[in-house]
Amino acid sequence: MKRGFPILAIVTALLLSFALYEALIVAPTEQTMGNVQRIFYYHVPSAWTAFLLFAINFVASILYLIKRSEKADILALVSAEVGVVFCTVVLITGPIWARPVWGIWWTWDLRLTLTLVLWLIYVSYLLLRRFSTGGKTPVIAAVVAIFGALDVPLVYFSIWFFRTQHPSPVIGGGGSLDPRMAHVLLINWAAFLCLAWLLCWTRYELEVAERRVEESHAMESLMEGSQ
Amino acid sequence: MSFFAITRATLTKDIRLEWRSKDAINAMLFFALLVVVIFSFAFDPTAEESRRIAGGLIWVAFLFAAVVALNQTWARELRNQVLDAYRVSPAPANPLFLAKAFGNFIFVSVLEALMAPLFIAFYKLRALGPGWQLVPIALLGTWALVVNGTFFAAISLRTRSREIMLPLLLFPFSIPALLGMVNATTAVLTGEQSAKFWVALLLAYDVVFTTACLLFFELVLEAE
Amino acid sequence: MNSMHYLYAAYIATWVIHGTYLTVLVRKYSRIRKEMERKPSAISRQTSART
Repeated sequence: MKRGFPILAIVTALLLSFALYEALIVAPTEQTMGNVQRIFYYHVPSAWTAFLLFAINFVASILYLIKRSEKADILALVSAEVGVVFCTVVLITGPIWARPVWGIWWTWDLRLTLTLVLWLIYVSYLLLRRFSTGGKTPVIAAVVAIFGALDVPLVYFSIWFFRTQHPSPVIGGGGSLDPRMAHVLLINWAAFLCLAWLLCWTRYELEVAERRVEESHAMESLMEGSQ
Repeated sequence: MSFFAITRATLTKDIRLEWRSKDAINAMLFFALLVVVIFSFAFDPTAEESRRIAGGLIWVAFLFAAVVALNQTWARELRNQVLDAYRVSPAPANPLFLAKAFGNFIFVSVLEALMAPLFIAFYKLRALGPGWQLVPIALLGTWALVVNGTFFAAISLRTRSREIMLPLLLFPFSIPALLGMVNATTAVLTGEQSAKFWVALLLAYDVVFTTACLLFFELVLEAE
Repeated sequence: MNSMHYLYAAYIATWVIHGTYLTVLVRKYSRIRKEMERKPSAISRQTSART
């Protein structure tokens, strides 16, 4: 892998450690929820990162359909996969936060429900890529990704209205944010963005290597067949 | 031939072929009946509660029946290499898609027309709100399932485990439409809220995805 | 405090998820690299065809 990778790995590790310190020690304790509220510093940046990755998937998919570049296809795959990983973190930390605060494991909180639906859409996208046979998988996957992006605003509005009819606890509460908390939140987001970059880079290199090996296998069997 | 002529020709051909081989239709009608009965055994509420949950039950039952119908959408074309012929010919792909989608729409509507009276009987349903609204809700909701279902059925053709791939794709994408159908139906049955927002949402969903399916079907067909 | 357990659980869960994913990726990558070194001929033929 290229030289920048170890540097990114070290920066990520340092930033994550610093962000952890900020979240656990420096950030002020929240009044109503107590220390449990600190889950916020992991839950929210993970959600933002996941949404960003899915947006990248959308752009990469469009790029692929226009340019048919393999790089765009791999980027689409990678951003979807890492996005699902971050989404999973949101879906796990959300209920862990809701339980002590509200006494329930799940709530039809807008952000949590939207994350669940996004998770479902992108897992089905990844399953399609895995189950698809034939050489035109990238095209079909790109089309499904675009469908997913088209679905997102519809999902958002349907859940939003559903919530106004069935009010339920909101994870993270409403209202304004203490500037010291916002500061810690942004530090954690920066750390998770670096982690996302690191994961994407690793997955990208892995995919490139796997495709090369698969092509060489195909070429070998072709050449053996022609002998 | 014009766009509409091709669509109509394909559609009438499909209907005629389906009518001749009544086995598939009969099996699916019976499946739809079974679904209603099983749901009635599984969820046995009082008349008051049933109005609240019937919307959800009905549409989930329709969804399952629709998946069974959708799974065989392209089966005949696949068997007879019709898709290859379409790919080679200069004819546009959209009339084929629309014909398939309309055919599925008609077929699923027939299934719904059979299942609905049974639900009404088993759950002693009565609309407390404006009952006529159930018609546009049913039309918009069925189209929402069928348009994406036909499209994803075409995508699933070149996948392993084809039959499971269709619902795997369809269910997550249909969530906003499902919310719309269920809540609109519940609003009309209970008469407690207006179904307006949900109908508008269904309409938006139908417009967005019909456009998307028409835009991308040719790409998907070529990719087979 | 009981609620602290939830806080730790959330943080640890996050690290387990990311850590597992990264570990799986790194393992697959080293395995692929070994396979690429075993068959340098086919890869180089193909790489030179690309350049």
